[in-house]
This record gives sequence, C-alpha cells and structure tokens, in this order.
Amino acid sequence: MYSIIDRRELAMGNMVSLTVNAPEIARKIRPGQFIVLRINETGERVPLTVAYKNLAHGSITIIFQVVGKSTAMLASLKTGDAIKDLVGPLGCTEHFEKLGTVVGIGGGSGIAVLHHLMEGYAEAGNDLIGIIGARDKEMLILEEQMDRLCNRLMVTTDDGSYGMHGLVTDALKQLVEEQVHIDLVMAVGPLIMMRAVCEMTRLYKIPTWVSLNPIMIDATGMCGGCRVTVDGKTRFACVEGPHFDGHAVDFDELMQRNTMYQRDEKQSLLSSIKA
Amino acid sequence: MKQKASKANDTRVEGIPDGTEISVFCPACHLGLNRFDPGTRRVWISLKTRVGRKEGKMELAPQVPGFQPHPDHAPPAADTIRDINCPHCDQSLLDTDHTCPECNGLALGIHAAIRQRVVRLFACFNPECQWFGIDQADEQKIRPTLERQKKPEQDALLRIHNFHEVSYGFNRELAIAEANRCLDCKKPRCVEGCPVGIDIPAFIRLIREGKFLDAARKIKEKNALPAICGRVCPQEDQCEKMCVLGIKGEPVAIGNLERFVADFERETDSIQIPKRPDPTGKRIAVVGSGPAGLTLAADMCVRGHDVTVYEALHQPGGVLVYGIPEFRLPKSIVAAEIDYLRRLGVKIELNTIVGRLYTIKELFENGFDAVFVGTGAGLPVFTRLPGENLCNILSANEYLTRVNLMKAYAFPEYDTPAPLGRQVVVIGGGNVAMDCARTALRMGSREVTVLYRRTREQMPAREEEIHHAEQEGIRFRFLTSPVRFTGDERNWLRQVECVQMKLGDPDASGRPRPIPAAGSNFLLDTDMALIAVGAGPNPVLFSGCPELKTTSRGYIDVICESGRCNTSGVWSGGDIVTGSATVIQAMGAARKAADDMHDFLNGGGQGAWTAPAGT
Repeated sequence: MYSIIDRRELAMGNMVSLTVNAPEIARKIRPGQFIVLRINETGERVPLTVAYKNLAHGSITIIFQVVGKSTAMLASLKTGDAIKDLVGPLGCTEHFEKLGTVVGIGGGSGIAVLHHLMEGYAEAGNDLIGIIGARDKEMLILEEQMDRLCNRLMVTTDDGSYGMHGLVTDALKQLVEEQVHIDLVMAVGPLIMMRAVCEMTRLYKIPTWVSLNPIMIDATGMCGGCRVTVDGKTRFACVEGPHFDGHAVDFDELMQRNTMYQRDEKQSLLSSIKA
Repeated sequence: MKQKASKANDTRVEGIPDGTEISVFCPACHLGLNRFDPGTRRVWISLKTRVGRKEGKMELAPQVPGFQPHPDHAPPAADTIRDINCPHCDQSLLDTDHTCPECNGLALGIHAAIRQRVVRLFACFNPECQWFGIDQADEQKIRPTLERQKKPEQDALLRIHNFHEVSYGFNRELAIAEANRCLDCKKPRCVEGCPVGIDIPAFIRLIREGKFLDAARKIKEKNALPAICGRVCPQEDQCEKMCVLGIKGEPVAIGNLERFVADFERETDSIQIPKRPDPTGKRIAVVGSGPAGLTLAADMCVRGHDVTVYEALHQPGGVLVYGIPEFRLPKSIVAAEIDYLRRLGVKIELNTIVGRLYTIKELFENGFDAVFVGTGAGLPVFTRLPGENLCNILSANEYLTRVNLMKAYAFPEYDTPAPLGRQVVVIGGGNVAMDCARTALRMGSREVTVLYRRTREQMPAREEEIHHAEQEGIRFRFLTSPVRFTGDERNWLRQVECVQMKLGDPDASGRPRPIPAAGSNFLLDTDMALIAVGAGPNPVLFSGCPELKTTSRGYIDVICESGRCNTSGVWSGGDIVTGSATVIQAMGAARKAADDMHDFLNGGGQGAWTAPAGT
C-alpha cells in the first residue's frame, strides 16, 4: 500500500495532483519515466507520468485529468488514503544532453509530464523555452513552475481568456518567425496537438520528440497493447518509449487504437455511477 | 533371526494378490502338480526330490496365506538337494531358472498358471531368504487389466458459458481405482520422465492404501506446487509417456492422481508446514514469481535460507496468473499454493521490477548472497504482417492478461475490459492458442477459428487441450497461414487474407516445413484476431543489468546445466533460458539451480565460478 501524503486540486478541480509516498521509486525515477498504479482490488492498471519527485520526502507527484472511472476514483482519494499497487519506474528515460535551445511544448495535463522532462534538459544545461497551452485560463496548470524553469514561457489558450489567443502551434510559429534557433522540440499533450506540432516542425526541419500515451496493461513489455508504428516498425511504447521521434510516429494509427475501448470506458463509468 | 522366521511363516506369495488361484504344472509333461487336501482345504504342490541317492517326496503350499512346507515333508537343506523332479515324468525341475530372484541362492522354478497366464513361480531353499513368489516381469502379466479412469468434466455445452474449471478431478473412489492400476514397477520409468523426480509409485501406493494426506506430502518432498502441476503439466509427454501400462493400453493417470491428493489436502485443510531448519543467514533474491522462481524459493527456504521473491506485477504466480485461464487453473488454487510458500517462509515483494527499481548489482549490494533469475518468456511475438496494428488485433498475452489477471470476464465489476469479437481468429497452434480460443468463446464470441500453418498432428498444443477445444466447438483451419489483415475506414479489423500451405521437408525443429501454395489466397471475415505464435524474452531486466550475458535471441546464456550465469552468484532457469516450454520444465531447471546454489552457499560462496564438475 502506498499512502497519499498530499492532494491538491488544479484547474478548478478538473485535474488533481497527488503526492504518494514511494521512496524506492523516487530514488530511481528519471524525467520522462512513468508509473503504473492500481487503486484497489478491482481496479485497472493506470499508467501515469510522474510530474516531479521529492527525494527528501521520498515521494513522487502525479498530475492527472479526470476522464473516466479510474481517474475519478483516484481523484476522490484524500490525503492519508492509500493506493493498493504502485509500480515503477517504467519506460526509458531520455539521455539528456546539452543541445542548445530546447523548446518544450505542453498541452493540458501534458504540461505536468513536460515539467519533469524540462527539469532534465535544464540539468543538462540547455536554454529552455516553454510553450504551454490549455482550453481556457482555468485549465492551465503549472504556469509558475514552468516559468521558474524556462528562460522564456509562452502561454496560449484556445478561447483567448489568458495569454496568447490560439494554439501552441501558433506560439511555435511565432518563435520560428522570430528566427529563434531551435535545436529540439519536446512535445507532450493530446495526440492531436503532438501531431500538429510534428507537422509544423517537419516543415522547418526541427528535430521533435513526443511523449506517447497508448493503452497499456502491464507496462513491462508483456502485452503489446501499447504498440505504435514508428518509422514503419512496430515498437512497444512502454519499454522502448514513451518518447519517440515525432516525425516517424504514425499518429493516425495511434489515435484510432486509443479509441478501442471507448465504449467499455463509458459503460464502466456509467455502471460505477449507478452503483 | 526370530524376525526372519516369522517372516517366513507368514510369507505371502509375493507378487500374487491374496486368494488368487494358482495351478502348478510340469513344463515337460504339462501334468498338474497340485494336490488338493480336503482336510486343510489347501492345494499342495507335490514334487519328487533326490537327496544323495535317496528319492523322497516334498510338498509346498503356495496358496495364500503362507508358503509352508508340508509338516510331514519338510524340505531338505538346500545344499543337500541334488535334484527335484516331476512326480509324473521324472523331468528335472532344476534344469533352468533355478536361482532365487531375491538372494540368487538355489531355488525351485516351476510353471504356474495364474489368471490364464503362464508365469514362473520360484521357491527359494535358502533358509535365510525363503523367498516365494513370481518374477517382476511376470507380475505385470497377471495384474487385472483395468480401464483408465476418466475424470468427470463439465459438459461442453455448459462450460462454454462460464469460467469454472472444465474437469472436476477424481473423487476418492476413482482415485483408488486408478491407483490400483499401477503396477508398482521395481524400476519405475515414470520417475525418469518427471523433471522434478517425484517418487510416483510411492505416492500412488499411499493412495491405494487410502493415505491421501501422506501421498500429498510424498509429492511435496519434490514438488511444492502439486495442485498446479497436476492440472497443467503435459503428463502425456513426461511421466505418463514412460508408464509401462501405456505400451499396450493406457498409462496410469498420474497427473489426475497428483491433482486429487493435492486438492484433498487443501480442501480438508490439512496442509502441514514442514519444520524449518535453523537459519543459515544466507539471503537469496529471486527475480520473477513464476513456476521457476517459486520452486527455487521453496527449495531454498526449506534448507534454511532467507528468500525474497520480486514480482513485477501486482499478483504473484507469473504465467500461472496472467496466462493460464481460470477454467484450466483456478486462480484460488494458485493463491493457495503460493500461500503455502509464504507459510514456508518465502517473502514475496510485489510491484517490483528488477532491472528498473533495483539492478542485480544493487541486490548484491543490499546484502543478497545469490540471485536467481526466472523472468520467463513474457514478450509477445507478432507476425509482422501488414495491418497487424489494426484495432482488435491483440497478442495472446494481452488478451489473456486482460481476462485472467485483470478479470475482464467480470467487467464492469472489475475495471479492465477485454475486446469482444463475433468472429474471432486465433493464429497459432500451441497451448496458448487453445487458451485464447476457448477464452474467446467464454467471453461471448460466436465463432472462433484457429488458423494453424501445419496439420493437427504437428500442433504443439497438448492433446487434451485440442480435444477440449474441439468439444467446445472451436473451428480449426489447418495448413492455413495469414498474410495480411485489412480493416474498415476506422481502422478496425474486418478481414484476414490467408494462404493455403503445403508440407515440405522437415525443418530444424524436425517438423515438416509449411510452404505457401501459390495462388491459394482467400479471405476470411473476422472482427478480432488473437496472435498466439510464441513468446520471447523480456528485455526489461537486461536494460538495468547489461552484465548478464545473453544469446543472440535474447535469452540468458547459462554456463552449465545447473543454470549458472556468466556473472558470479547469479543463476537462471526456466523460459528465460530455454525459450517457451512447460511449467514443470521450468520447475525442473529451478530444482537443479537450487541444488547447485545450496552447495555453493554452503561452501561459503567461495568456490570458483565455473561449471561444476559433472555438468
């Protein structure tokens, strides 16, 4: 059992940040790696990326958006409650090198993942530019933390309620037009956002990495549910990823694969509400 | 000597059950040598003896109970007998075969008809031995031939709608009846066929005597997981394959008997925990809680070592919980057997991925004296055909994990769903393919077809599994191989294009190589495909432990039969060394590793890290 030592609501309660006591995982986890948790005996295995860790407290913090039954249940947990199973660290970590200027693009709850990755790039001595986007002002998270980390931070909202009116790609376009030299783009967020970013950076020939979130069960390379086509080859996102060269990823296939259980997800949520 | 005498007095005719009618006759003239005594109601064997030059008469009573010389005609001392003859034709009965099979002393060998079979009956004249009986080989001849007992099963029409166990197993009566079929061979070949060397005749003997708990404990001397092995071992390729009864008829149902006593012990709540020896102070880390890891853990624990098992998933058991379906191996039984190991003293740490959370090097730094790697073959192999990443194409591993480990059959009570197809194709011909097909049927699929590129004879699945699948209405398309998957506009699987195969010359595995027949392509409608074409080694462990030497295919390269790896203090066994095999083979490998590890640790862990002598 892994106890929750801190719980906060973000984005008007649409997202929740949980800090969990897991000293062994905190000691080992690197930026970009994720964990899998199972709330209770009947729960499913949920992969979640770690936003930050605290070595002194031996804790890790996960930030997630409430989208279905499992995340709703997870959000309903209070400080002092416990999660039945927690396993990690999973996935590969990036080899953070000094590249020059790294642009981190985060959308929605992906900003939490991006934050941990940007910490890695900061440690390696890169200049960081952050672009974070959300639906509206209320859904925006971690602005302060990102601001502290990045040399420059651009904020976009879809409805223009805060920062730039537009999408993260508009901000990226602005950077390119300003003729800022970009050595790498790291994009984390909804698949549709990552695809749009990749389409743009392909035009400008900027190397782009994306963090994928396919469906997983065990997340140790055992089921193959998370397979994605990268550069024409099938790769397992859980053990070979979740970071891939965005220009080589078959996003359309991944988007379709991620809809496989939509009907079941709805049924699960409905039956839990009835109960 | 007193004991000897009493033994001689109530000697039964060895090898012949009480009350069996025996008629003895002369091999030369074929006349009977029996004499019926109406007073004692006993049959005597009348013989003519020559002691020195004197001729005399001798009588023996072979009828049960008790071979006793006739009081009036006590047999002369062995060294004084010159000859024994037929009273009818004077033919010498000591011409051939006159040594006692027990003591090799002088013995009388005569022909006897028992249950319409002619056997050699020996009577030893050595007063120290006085053995009286028939030869081992003959014993099998006269054993009543019983039909192999069938274990009761759930009817196929009912069972395809539930996940309850297919076969119910023996009850007491069936078990005893089946145990009575065992010939109790002197040189039991079945034991040779058992990878962990269970004393099979001994436990069957105990069943015959009704001592079911003792029988279970007899098995547990060699196998800590009998309820599991009794269900999933391919006995027909191991112990039962070697059974002499199988040469002419059907072998003893050893697996069902094993299962019966293990179930009996558990269900009567009679599981005993052997007393542990004093702790040795040695600590052993086991990576993976599958059959190999659990066996090694049990073996080392009963020797007084401190064992910790690390499991990546949230439940211990490895393939036993994620792979083998509930209807073949109920998870409550796996849990009970693992509970037994816990009570033995084995510590199990779940949710711990060695290679990620700890490396092997760190395990040694944390004070472990030895490490056993039993991570199995958990990486699914795909066909790499076009369209394989369409929606509703799953690896067997994923499908079975969803249904077994995550209990998708109880969705939405359990949160994990499993996809449903109306027309399912399963690709592959092994046990995993059978499990997938039968699981799909139980999950509500209307039509399940197995595509296999060779014929039924070459299928690697157990005969029992194929038979059960056929009973349940699984369709088979042999000599068929997929070439392409096609989907609809939303990328969901709709059809699979197949090609007809022909069998060619044998390949490296000794099976005929399937060759696609040109122009024989055809389409099959399907909305779910399960890929069960094999499994490979999972590289997660190695990513954190690059020092472990692997083969070109990614399996661990061990330096000797006992499973030593190239790194000092590390052993390995099971599928991660051999590639996909059986539960019991993994257990056998773990047993060898345990013996070697124990010797190594007893030697202070200082011995040279090379292949031990004799391996």
